[in-house]
Amino acid sequence: MKVKYIINGKEEEYEIHPGEVLLDVLRRNGHTEIKGNCYLGTCGACTVLIDGEPHTSCTILAAKVNGKHITTIKGIGDLNNPHPLQKAFVETGAVQCGFCTPGTILSAYALLKKNPNPTDEDIKKALDGNLCRCTGYVQQVEAVKFAVKLLKEGKNE
Amino acid sequence: MSNFKSIGKDTKKIDALSLATGQPMFVDDVSFPDTLQIKLLYSPHAHAIIEDIDTSEAEKYPGVKMVLTYKNTPHVPHTTAGQGWPEPSPYDTWMFNEKVKFVGDRVAAVAAETEEQAAEALKLIKVKYKVLPAILDPEDAMKDGAPVIHDEPWITGAYNPKKNLAAHIDIRVGDVEKGFKESDVVVEETFETQYAQHTPIEPHVTITYLDEYSRLVIRTSTQVPFHVRRIVAQALQIPVQKIRVIKPRIGGGFGTKQEIILEEICSFVTLKTGRPARILYTREEEFISARTRHPFKVKVKIGAKKDGMLHAISLYALSNTGAYGTHGLTVASNAGSKTLPLYNKAENVEFVSDIVYTNMPVAGAYRGYGATQGYAALEQAIDMVAEKLGMDPWELRKKNHIKAGETSPIFRALGEGREGVTQYIQSCALDELLEKGAKEIGWLEKYGRPKRNGSKVRGVGMSIHMQGSGIPLIDMGAATLKMNEDGSFNLLYGGTDIGTGLDTVAAQIVAETLGIKPDQVIVYASDTDLTPFDVGAYASSGTFVSGGAVLKAALKVREQILEVAREKFGEADSKDYILEDGKVISPKSGKSITLSEIAYDTLYVKNQHQIGAAGSFVSPYSPPPFAVHFVEIEVDEETGEIKPIKYVAAVDCGVPINPNLVKGQIIGALVNGIGYALTEEYHFTSSGRMTNPNFMDYKIPSTRDLPEIKVILAETYEPTGPYGAKSVAEININGPIPAIGNALHDALGIRLHRSPYTPERVLEAIRKSKEKKLEPVDPE
Repeated sequence: MKVKYIINGKEEEYEIHPGEVLLDVLRRNGHTEIKGNCYLGTCGACTVLIDGEPHTSCTILAAKVNGKHITTIKGIGDLNNPHPLQKAFVETGAVQCGFCTPGTILSAYALLKKNPNPTDEDIKKALDGNLCRCTGYVQQVEAVKFAVKLLKEGKNE
Repeated sequence: MSNFKSIGKDTKKIDALSLATGQPMFVDDVSFPDTLQIKLLYSPHAHAIIEDIDTSEAEKYPGVKMVLTYKNTPHVPHTTAGQGWPEPSPYDTWMFNEKVKFVGDRVAAVAAETEEQAAEALKLIKVKYKVLPAILDPEDAMKDGAPVIHDEPWITGAYNPKKNLAAHIDIRVGDVEKGFKESDVVVEETFETQYAQHTPIEPHVTITYLDEYSRLVIRTSTQVPFHVRRIVAQALQIPVQKIRVIKPRIGGGFGTKQEIILEEICSFVTLKTGRPARILYTREEEFISARTRHPFKVKVKIGAKKDGMLHAISLYALSNTGAYGTHGLTVASNAGSKTLPLYNKAENVEFVSDIVYTNMPVAGAYRGYGATQGYAALEQAIDMVAEKLGMDPWELRKKNHIKAGETSPIFRALGEGREGVTQYIQSCALDELLEKGAKEIGWLEKYGRPKRNGSKVRGVGMSIHMQGSGIPLIDMGAATLKMNEDGSFNLLYGGTDIGTGLDTVAAQIVAETLGIKPDQVIVYASDTDLTPFDVGAYASSGTFVSGGAVLKAALKVREQILEVAREKFGEADSKDYILEDGKVISPKSGKSITLSEIAYDTLYVKNQHQIGAAGSFVSPYSPPPFAVHFVEIEVDEETGEIKPIKYVAAVDCGVPINPNLVKGQIIGALVNGIGYALTEEYHFTSSGRMTNPNFMDYKIPSTRDLPEIKVILAETYEPTGPYGAKSVAEININGPIPAIGNALHDALGIRLHRSPYTPERVLEAIRKSKEKKLEPVDPE
C-alpha cells in the first residue's frame, strides 16, 4: 500500500507493507537520523514527533499515521543552523556516543513547545523514556536548561 | 598548568554537532546495494550436541542465499576476546560448533535477500539435539563428576578444561595465615555479584563488502578494530592484508564491543557470495547471545590491629565465565590487581581465583573489569572491620590507603593474567578527596546517626577506589600527524573513540603542542588501512596510551617546525621559540612566521618535504586514577525500596584534559553502577534461559532514577601521562554497590551479601534481622 507523510515539512510518498512499523519505513527511505531497534518502545532512540507529539516510531504502524506531519531531528536544525537544543547539547557535553541524542532532543523539543519554563522535574519526566547509557543524564538535563536560556535570549534580540 | 591553551578546556566534542543533527555516522546508517541480511539461530538448550541438522528446506526458501552451520564453516579454535596477542583468553571457540554450551549459543545462520526471508528460513531448519546435563551454578562446575563443558580435544589455553576451569590464579605476599593470627580483629564475609549487561543503546552491528580490489572491508561497531582484523584473519584463515576494518562512530561499548562475535560470520558470507552482508543484533539477541559481566562470589577475609592498621587481606574469587572463557583470566586478575594495592599497609596478602565454565551466558569485558566485583566485597568488608574496631570507616581508610611515592608488591605479583610490572604511585590525591567528599556529604554529622521519618530512614556510606591507565608494557597505540598549507594538521591514529570523546582529547593534545586551535586538527581514527595501530578502547587506555602516542607524534612535528623556523630566522641554536596562535615566535629577535607560511614553503618552495611524523606509545607505567564515593540513601522499611538521595564522586584523574568530557565519564559510569547496585540483573529459568531480555524487565536507570550528583575533581599532575593526565573511564562504576551497601547498613544495621539491592532482598534482610533480635540472648 501507499502512504503519504509530511516529513520535516516536505511531502513524501512511500510504498509500505501493512504491518510495518514507522521506524523501518523511514529508515529504509533514507531517514537514518532515526535510531533504535528495541521494537518495544522502551529505549526511546527512535522517537519522532507525530503532529508535534513525541512517539517511539518502532511501536507505531506506518499505515496508522498516513497523512500525518512527522518531525525528525533533521526537521529542527542542521549543521549550519542548529536549533538551540542541538547547540546546548553540544555545549554542555550532553552528547557522548550520540546514538540516543536525536530521540532525546526531540523529546525535549516537544516539552519546550508546551512548557517553555520547565523545572528540573519537568525535564526529567519528559526525558524519562529516552535511555542513555553514556552520560548518566546530568549533562542532558543541564543542556535542556541551557537551551531554555538560549531560546529566551533569542527572543529578546 | 594555567599556561595551557587547549588542555583543561571544555573544547566542544568534535563530532557532537554532527551527531546532534542526525548525520549518517554509525555503521547501520550507510547501506550498500544488494546487501544480504543475516539472521542467527540459537540453541534453546543450555548444553547439547547437535545430532542432526537439516537445512535443506531453509536453503530452498525464497531469497535465501546460504545457510551456515558447523558443517560448512571453518573449524579454527580461537577466542572472541579482542585482546593483545598472544591472547590471555583460551582458544575454546569455533565459528559454529556441533556442541552448544548455553541457551543463546549459535547453531546456524541464514543469509537472504531480506531480513524477513532470513527470519522465516530460520524456522525451517530442523535440529535434532541430544540434550546433556547442564551446569547452571558455578559452584557445581568444580565438583567431582560434573559434566565437562569443553571436552573437545582442540581447546588450548584453558587451565584445566576437564575440571571446567577456564583459568586459575594464586598469588601470595607475606604470610596471610600468620597475619590473621597476629591480628586483633578478623572479618570474614562472602559477597556475590550478578549477571548484568552493558546495554549500549546501539547494538552490535556489522556490514561487510568487497572493495574494487576484492579485499574484504568490515564496517563494524567495535572497540578493537585492529584485533577484529587479526582475529577474523585467524578464524577464516585468510591473510591480514586482505582485510580492512573501519570503525565509524560507535553507539557506546562499555566492553561488550571488545569482542569479535559478528564480524567473522558476516565476512564469511561476503567472501563466499561476493556480496555485501549485514548483521544487526536485536535487543533480545544482545541480551541472550552477546556478552555480560562475570558474576563473582568473593570470599574476603581481613585482619587488622587495634590501632586500625590493616595487617592481612585474603580474597578468593569464584568467577563464572559462562560457556566460553573470554576475558576470564584477566577480569579475575583485575579483581585483585586493581583493588589490593589500595591497602598497601597490609603486609600479608593473598589473591586466589577460580574462573569456571558453566552453561550460562558468556561473560566478557565490562567497564570496571573485575575491579567492580572485587570492590563490591572488599569495600564492604573494610566497613565491617571498622565496625569491629569501633572506628569510623572514613578514619580507617585514611590510615590505610596508598600514597604518592609508595608501592605495593601486588603490582608486580599480579598483572594482566601474568606477572605484572612494579608501579610507584607518582600522583595520588586520596587524602584531599577523602576530606572534600566527606565535607560535601556531611559525613561527620551524618555517619552513625541514621535519620528516621516514618518508615523512611536515611543513612550514609562510602567507598574508595583505584583503577589503572592502560596495561603496562602491553598496550600500544600509534599516531601520525601531517601538516597542511593552511597550518591545519591531519591526525591519523588508531585510538578508538566509541563515544567517550577521545578524538577531541587527541585534537586538544595536538593543539596544545603545536600552538594551534583544536579545530585545526582533522582527526581520522581507527581504520586499519589508513591509520597506524592501536590496541583499541579498553583498560582505561584512551587518554593515556592513545593520547600518549598523539603527544609523541606532535612533539616530533613540533621539532620539525622549529627546525624550519630556525633556518628562516637565521638562529641556528635557538631553543626558546614559542608556538602560539598558529605562529612560531622568537622571543629574542622578535621574528615570527606563521605555520601556514612554513607549510607553503616546505611543500612547494624550498627544502621541500612533508612536515609530519609518527609516534608510538607503550609504557611501563599504568598510573591509577583514584576515587572516593559518598552516598546518602533513603530506605523505606515498609517497601524495601532504596532511593539514593545524594551521590558524591570525588575523583583524581590527573589533569583533566577536557573537564566536561571527564565529568561525562564520571557520571556515566556512576549511574551505570547505580543500576548495577539497585535493579539490573539477569533472571533465569531452571534450565538456564534468560527470562528478561528487554528493557521493560531489565531495568537500567533513566532520568527519574537520578540522585543529586556532585562531582569533585582533585587535580594532580601525573608525570607519566600526556600533559599530566591519567585515565577516568572505568573507575567510577566500582562505587555504588559497596557505598550503597554501606549506607544501607548505616541506615538499618542490615547488610545484603548479594546485589542488586532490590526491595525484595532488603525486606528479607529486615525480616531476618528482626528475627535475630527476638532470639534469646546467648548467655556467653
